[in-house]
Amino acid sequence: MATVDDLKFQEFDDAANLLAGNPDATTISIDEPSENPKNQYGLLQDSRREEDDELLGTDDSDKTELLAGQKKSAPFWTFEYYQTFFDVDTYQVLDRIKGSVFPIPGKNFVRLYIRSNPDLYGPFWICATLVFAIAISGNLSNFFIHLGKPAYRYVPEFRKVSIAATAIYAYAWLVPLALWGFLMWRNSKVMNIVSYSFLEIVCVYGYSLFIYIPTAILWIIPQKAVRWILVMVSLCLSGSVLVMTFWPAVRDDNRRIALATMVTVVLLHALLAIGCLAYFFDAPDLHVLIPTAAAPNGTIVATKTQ
Amino acid sequence: MAEAEESRAGGVFAGLSDVSISEDIPVEGEITVPVGSHSPDEDYSTLDEPVKDTIMRDLKAVGKKFVHVMYPKKSSALLRDWDLWGPLVLCVSLALMLQGGSADSKEDGGPQFAEVFVIIWFGAVVITLNSKLLGGTISFFQSLCVLGYCVLPLTVAMLVCRLVLLASSGTVSFIVRLVVVMAMFGWSTLASTAFLADSQPPNRKALVVYPIFLFYFIISWMILTFTPQ
Repeated sequence: MATVDDLKFQEFDDAANLLAGNPDATTISIDEPSENPKNQYGLLQDSRREEDDELLGTDDSDKTELLAGQKKSAPFWTFEYYQTFFDVDTYQVLDRIKGSVFPIPGKNFVRLYIRSNPDLYGPFWICATLVFAIAISGNLSNFFIHLGKPAYRYVPEFRKVSIAATAIYAYAWLVPLALWGFLMWRNSKVMNIVSYSFLEIVCVYGYSLFIYIPTAILWIIPQKAVRWILVMVSLCLSGSVLVMTFWPAVRDDNRRIALATMVTVVLLHALLAIGCLAYFFDAPDLHVLIPTAAAPNGTIVATKTQ
Repeated sequence: MAEAEESRAGGVFAGLSDVSISEDIPVEGEITVPVGSHSPDEDYSTLDEPVKDTIMRDLKAVGKKFVHVMYPKKSSALLRDWDLWGPLVLCVSLALMLQGGSADSKEDGGPQFAEVFVIIWFGAVVITLNSKLLGGTISFFQSLCVLGYCVLPLTVAMLVCRLVLLASSGTVSFIVRLVVVMAMFGWSTLASTAFLADSQPPNRKALVVYPIFLFYFIISWMILTFTPQ
């Protein structure tokens, strides 16, 4: 039977004193979990990690990734799950757009601006604006090029909107899917330090299309040289953002595969721009041929080269 | 004997034991519980009213909302009693007026009836989903209602454009049409923003207003580029 004294609350001594009194007792110690992984990497990797931290833009990227993993916990059939992809404020969207247009050398777009909070607002509405910008600018540019001719009747060309929409949305969703699949496959073969989620890649591609909106509006100017200069400038700016984003993800791989990936990314980006320019905007030097021909021939020439 | 015992035991009720109601007096009267509100009666009575009253009530509600759109003040009447009759009428009339602008070839003409219809309704649904995903507190159909009703200035612009095009189709008429369409586009955007922007968190207002701006811009573009046969 326990006495009253046994049931009274007792203060426990310090661990050292208790162990001194009873040396054979078993002890359990709990260490900090974050210290151990860092000790496992050799000195060789340390310099690489410092470089990555610089490029990543922050030293606590592990922590932010952990927090991001806890954020999206709603099941995918509820509305709240999709609300987590629209969790951005106005200034964040503007910052991301600015970061996609003016690439800062040495800074990674994903780590600097997205920081494990990829949004779908930017990609979706930038693509929608680009679709209509290209369709409307193409229509306006054709109108101005053919303005003085007697055989020309203005048509709104509304069908081209659906073609533009298909092309741009396919580029903005299928190319990131292919790139993500490719990076995942390479990740299983070669251990990469930097890896991106599918939504982060979609985000980068969506924001990198922003530069084409002012480019499309400036393509109304019917000078071939001006149009090609615009293509080069916009390709350099957004292509460099893409290259600086994806280079750390393929750098550890085989040299040739890394270079081939980068070249493919830039090439597809260029193909989109040149394809839109060729399909939606007529060549501006058409009017040189028309005045030399008679009116019936003029109409034939106009419809043939369109 | 039994009666004497009963009267001694129930002292309080002693006087009542000899009160009785004889069975040949009929008991009359109503036993009703007064109801506080008359609403069940009023609801049932709309079945008996003439059809003209029913239609006029709906028409008056739609007309009141048109007036609210033309003079956008911050009233909650448009939001509270939403209906989709007005947007349907506006959308159908706008799509009908955009017909007849076909070109020589079928492919490169203006938008077909189905395309206008789909653009307006699909665009309104996408904008509503966008504002809800960004954390807005407005309900789905209220937002559809507001966006649909604010197409009214653009429908008026389309009417004006068709009338101007009947008169002439030169540069002067183009400038007149441009001014009218731009003014109505601004009116539509301001009206819908006045109703919808309050239901958003303040640091995301611009993110919600921009798609509305794009939506009305596209409809204005379709109106401006309408060229008759």
